[in-house]
Amino acid sequence: MSPAIDIDNLAKDYAVGFWRRRPYRALDRLTLTIEPGEVFGFLGPNGAGKTTTLKLLMQLIYPTSGRATILGRPVGDLAVRQRIGYLPENPSFYEYLTAEELLTYFAQLFGFSPADRRKRIATLLDRVGIGRERRFQLRRFSKGMVQRVGIAQALLNDPEVIFLDEPMSGLDPLGRRDVRALILELRDQGRTVFFSSHILADAEALCSRVAVVAAGRLAAQGRLADLTEFTVRGWELVVANLSAAALERVRPATSRVIEISPGRYSLELSLAQPADRILAELVATGASVVSLNPLRETLEDFFVQRVNAVGQGSRTEHEAVDARR
Amino acid sequence: MRAVRYVAINVFRESIRDRVPYNLVLFAVLLIGSSYLLGQLTAGQDVKIIKDLGLAATSVFGLFIAIFIGIGLVSKEVEKRSIYALLSKPVSRSQFIAGKYSGLVLTLAVNVAVMTVALYAVLAYMSWTESAQFKAGWERPAADPALLKALLLIFLELMLVTAIAVFFSTFSSPILSAAMTFGLYVAGHFNADLRNFDKVVDSKSAATLARVVYHVLPDFAAFDIKTQVVHGIPVPAMYLGATIGYGLAYIGALLLVATFIFSRRDFK
Repeated sequence: MSPAIDIDNLAKDYAVGFWRRRPYRALDRLTLTIEPGEVFGFLGPNGAGKTTTLKLLMQLIYPTSGRATILGRPVGDLAVRQRIGYLPENPSFYEYLTAEELLTYFAQLFGFSPADRRKRIATLLDRVGIGRERRFQLRRFSKGMVQRVGIAQALLNDPEVIFLDEPMSGLDPLGRRDVRALILELRDQGRTVFFSSHILADAEALCSRVAVVAAGRLAAQGRLADLTEFTVRGWELVVANLSAAALERVRPATSRVIEISPGRYSLELSLAQPADRILAELVATGASVVSLNPLRETLEDFFVQRVNAVGQGSRTEHEAVDARR
Repeated sequence: MRAVRYVAINVFRESIRDRVPYNLVLFAVLLIGSSYLLGQLTAGQDVKIIKDLGLAATSVFGLFIAIFIGIGLVSKEVEKRSIYALLSKPVSRSQFIAGKYSGLVLTLAVNVAVMTVALYAVLAYMSWTESAQFKAGWERPAADPALLKALLLIFLELMLVTAIAVFFSTFSSPILSAAMTFGLYVAGHFNADLRNFDKVVDSKSAATLARVVYHVLPDFAAFDIKTQVVHGIPVPAMYLGATIGYGLAYIGALLLVATFIFSRRDFK
């Protein structure tokens, strides 16, 4: 079975500058494979190249080099568009149409029969929480409501692969919860969901795999469990009845000390420190150990670390280029 | 074909929602008001003036619609980013251009048709109210079927202006597109002067350049047969056929180039 999405060394340069045009690399040789049925999180800070990647996959822009396929066919193939859905970042639609009319227009492009069209549109608008407003012109819609209509139009053709660019953008907490539930529903139906976000909590709640991009480059990719779960970066030790003298003695071995209440402290120990020796030392001073837990790396830690690494790499590269000039 | 049809219908709907049909009310008021005033002032010339006015107004009102809606057809979709969701549907870029163009041509067709009916209605009313003795002085009957020839070429001219507006709209901003379309329209009306440029300049290279420009620019003057029709001068069918062929070929070429440019464009 061919992958749902196959991205092979995809790169995009934009020409910047007014008089002396020079290339700016927005995406640098991205290679990714997304299998059918996956919920794939495409993460990165603003300007990392997430939207550029999605636009390349929708053929709204053309690559400088590399190639990509969706459901085994080249991007831009009209037959593929019959089987995919796309929510653009901060979507914008025809303001003179009502939500119903917009979806009818798009459904006509997919070739739905009038009866199927009416049924599908009503179900979808109900699903994304657009009630009687469906008969209002879109110019009267709030940002969150437009986002909901955007999600509905992306699901109109019951797509096998759904691309969502920042799906939670502009939504209130209830809307975010609804969209999360919707994505999980799509996963349970066996759809492939590729979504970009800079909100890591969404990725942690939804994704089977993620990729992190920064400065146009792939910084990391893999299963969430592989990336974060087993990476223990230290220990959190909570002790009670800790005297000031004992605290001062162990302080050099800690990376952070938080006083929870008088005599009760949370001590963070790095992995390099022998936790068992410090523990014994503290018990000898009369302190009682409340808990000892491993400090695992969160996706946020992982994200910051990888993004910074790419940023440094990119700076070093620029400095080297500048030095050569 | 399905995509072209629905994109075109959406353009037509947009023009209705943007209150384009209001121009028809203005046209009717202008025509009825003028016919009433002329009836009071002139003797024998009123029918000719109404015909002239009706044909000129059809052309000018259509020109405004063709330019001002035409220049925004593509650029507005890109600027407002509504094209992102649309092009992710089974719609190719060439179908998009063809649909946008057809939609505006449909709007113009309805507009010209309604104006034609209004013009004939006013002329028929004038014919009905005038005495037989008075009508005997007219060169042609009031509701002259030959007017349809002029209206047909006006419509074709508007189709050509729309194609120019869409062409510019695929790669430049609305203001620049409007300026260039209008500039080309004006230049196209004086195009015939370029044909005989070699008779007024000595420089051979300037004369050659003028001849090249003459062939490249659209010859809008060819579509203007209002004077002949109003004054009862016959317009040969050959001329009509050749002008229609020229117009359609020019439109086809413009849309092909527009599609070529648009198909290679990045939407940043």
